[in-house]
Amino acid sequence: MNFDPRYSGRNFSSVGTRPIRPDGVDKVTGRARYGADFNMAGQLVGRVLRSPHAHAIIRKIDTSKAEKLAGVKAVITAKDLPDLTDGDAGMYDILDNCMARAKALYDGHAVAAVAAVDARTARQALKLIAVDYEVLPHVTDVDEAMKHTAPLINDTIFTEGLEEKPVKPSNVTKRSQFGHGDVHQGFGHADFIVERSFKTEQTHQGYIEPHACVASVSSDGTADLWVCTQGHFVYRQHCAQLLGMEASKLRVTSSEIGGGFGGKTHVWAEPVALALSRKAGRPVKLVMTRDEVFRASGPTSATSIDVKIGARKDGTITAAEATLRYTSGPYAGTWAEIGAMTAFACYKLENVKTVGYEVLVNRPKTAAYRAPSAPMAAFAVESAVDELAKEVGIDPVEFRIRNAAQEGTRSSYGPVYGPIGIGPTLEAAKNHPHMKAPLKENQGRGMACGFWFNFGGQTCTDLNIGMDGSVSLAVGTVDVGGSRASLSLVAAEELGIDYSQVKAIVADTSSLGYNDMTDGSRGTFSSSMATISAARNAIKILRERAAQMWDISVDDVAWEQGHAVAKGDNHGNLGKLSLKEIAARSGTTGGPIAGHSELVADGAGVSFATHICDIEVDPETGFTKVIRYTVVQDAGKAVHPTYVEGQYQGGAAQGIGWALNEEYIYGKDGRLQNAGFLDYRIPVCSDLPMIDTQILEIPNPNHPYGVRGVGETSIVPPLAAIANAVSNAAGVRMTHIPMSPPRILAAIEAEREG
Amino acid sequence: MAGVAVSTTINGDHVEYLCQPDETLLDVLRDRLGLTGAKEGCGTGDCGACSIILDDRLVCSCLVLGAEAEGRRIETVEGMAHGEKLHPLQQKFLEHAALQCGICTPGFLIAAKDLLAKNPDPTEEEIRFGLAGNLCRCTGYDKIVRAVQDAANVMKGA
Repeated sequence: MNFDPRYSGRNFSSVGTRPIRPDGVDKVTGRARYGADFNMAGQLVGRVLRSPHAHAIIRKIDTSKAEKLAGVKAVITAKDLPDLTDGDAGMYDILDNCMARAKALYDGHAVAAVAAVDARTARQALKLIAVDYEVLPHVTDVDEAMKHTAPLINDTIFTEGLEEKPVKPSNVTKRSQFGHGDVHQGFGHADFIVERSFKTEQTHQGYIEPHACVASVSSDGTADLWVCTQGHFVYRQHCAQLLGMEASKLRVTSSEIGGGFGGKTHVWAEPVALALSRKAGRPVKLVMTRDEVFRASGPTSATSIDVKIGARKDGTITAAEATLRYTSGPYAGTWAEIGAMTAFACYKLENVKTVGYEVLVNRPKTAAYRAPSAPMAAFAVESAVDELAKEVGIDPVEFRIRNAAQEGTRSSYGPVYGPIGIGPTLEAAKNHPHMKAPLKENQGRGMACGFWFNFGGQTCTDLNIGMDGSVSLAVGTVDVGGSRASLSLVAAEELGIDYSQVKAIVADTSSLGYNDMTDGSRGTFSSSMATISAARNAIKILRERAAQMWDISVDDVAWEQGHAVAKGDNHGNLGKLSLKEIAARSGTTGGPIAGHSELVADGAGVSFATHICDIEVDPETGFTKVIRYTVVQDAGKAVHPTYVEGQYQGGAAQGIGWALNEEYIYGKDGRLQNAGFLDYRIPVCSDLPMIDTQILEIPNPNHPYGVRGVGETSIVPPLAAIANAVSNAAGVRMTHIPMSPPRILAAIEAEREG
Repeated sequence: MAGVAVSTTINGDHVEYLCQPDETLLDVLRDRLGLTGAKEGCGTGDCGACSIILDDRLVCSCLVLGAEAEGRRIETVEGMAHGEKLHPLQQKFLEHAALQCGICTPGFLIAAKDLLAKNPDPTEEEIRFGLAGNLCRCTGYDKIVRAVQDAANVMKGA
């Protein structure tokens, strides 16, 4: 059906209110079922054996003793997951990451797995598996890995994106470049130039729920998978491909998800659980330990970034250049490319050039983490922008306002912007009371901007109207933080009924058409678009049924505030028919009433934010305290403002942890030394102040209600905002994230010694 | 290995179970008794998702053995509401949207219940330090602190 996604101004009655979420009571009473809360009859316990080495050839795996242990029902290695990827390099990497084939590529890489009657037997069985490793030299640091003397992680890699194919293999899988104009000429026109190098360490998404699934493969070739995931349709596709199944025979149900932030967009344990179940002929539950989550799932890239920016005396940036090196773990990625695209996206630049290098290291395969790659690039660029503003002698907010991108600006990564929020967020920050609040001794204020693309993607939604007039909304985007509430609001808005009449669920892969996963801040953006479209299709049928009940032409029936209304001079005495009245008669007017929608949600509006923070630094210890924090971000239209605030606050808190504390620490042996929440310390309640939020609404022209994604942008500015605040408080420019007390102290002491 | 017979009280109900000597109370609650409200986020007492109250003391159930529950009183999130009536903390967590993914919520509710039992009128700082043993990765804690403040006000008035 024809669906017009364009924004049209309207007065909202449901959208913009703050009702209690439909899944709320289950979550405060302990009834909600997450990945590990589900069990099947006859279920076995799965456990994975992981490499203790950062880089090693797997000469031989002897599983015979484990197989003989009483209670062990299946033992698998890479042989049980044969290569069915048919030349698809990306899928081959996923397969190899699920279960190492020729080499173990990082500390924690899966090499074998068992299914046994209980956890203790499974653990014992792992100890009986003998793996003969030939340990190889390893490399974990991004700059070290780029040197020609570095151990080669994959000798078939020849850097892509160079003018000529290199003669020798290296750990650099790809070079990418973005920009326009002539930076050399631009720097020639600059009165001031700032040039600096930055580093950021690897962090983890840190979701509190470890990866968990229950897999059940039947001998008839069908299978069920219960799993915590951000995208059950994508998991189905990947698992089916890796196991040689037809996708339709694998039914994947997404559990409640205990945090993902990008980390639950990739399969790890699921193909292993399915392979174990297939071999054992029984359901298998596989839950990662926290140690496994850190060692084997999801981290971000570690980065090394050089930035050079020049400006005239009047504060106009004349040229901007950055070289960005991002680790991708032992497999090819596009993380530096994304960083290179986002680096200067906030600014209107005549001359800009960014170059990205994807670097292999012996660390876990890099996974997306909330606006992946953008926070590190923003840290480097926004630190340099702050420094440049100081050199020019202009207030940092004013300097950014002068150079901010606008509608019509050609972005540093190519496209020309429509209506965007960078200018308004900066103006709002400039006028925010936080900016004028006094600071005490050893306190510094910092601010920074951030950008994220946002994504739309394939979306399928069903809206079914019951005989009693209540509405079931079945969506295929996993609800990671309240989207069932926002989508129920949208359905209620479009149908003109009360929020309480709508019940939204996340449907399994056999009940609904394909949906891309919940990533790119697309959950509410794309599924609300599909919900509006489905509701409009249902309204069309409701009008037809009303016309039938009245025996008039459907052209004379309008839909207003939840009722069919007869229009035209001849129908003055017909009154109204409510949705409930029409639904009650559906059995005799043509059967069930439903609206469906299948679409590609194009036009996800780009998103911008500006953050302000005050940090106190103890000059004797380097200890930091976040005193005050403010987030200003454009939401397009906030469907459920409380959950929009929650996204802003959550992203800021994750950014604060990244900026000040969190990092993967590898020993010289290439082993991760802090694979637990005690030593990988995410912010706790007493570390943070209240996080103030200001929602701006600059409508996205490509969504009927003007909605933009809101989930990711909030993590982009914090690294830089906090670095600027710490630098201002400590009187020394911080260039290495996280700014842990020892790093701050070292910087202060180096500055003192001059 | 022979099981240990345990007789205990959970949310006011008398409960008996057999468990292995090395089995944690968290595993007993989740896997033997079907009380999956307490979650395992780490298994090492660092995240607080498995928080329960054991004889009026807030503990991580992953650090307690199932066998140690003999003769004790256990409170879990499943026991907070009375029928359809939610505990004020549960109600305020909903109203303030103090949860996003919700995996940490049972632990926070139990920890907050324990906090308010011992300090019915906490300052913001006392709430922040009182809940510092529970990790939340979604909310930035802002709305959790506000929900606990609001619940404390309601409970004082009750």
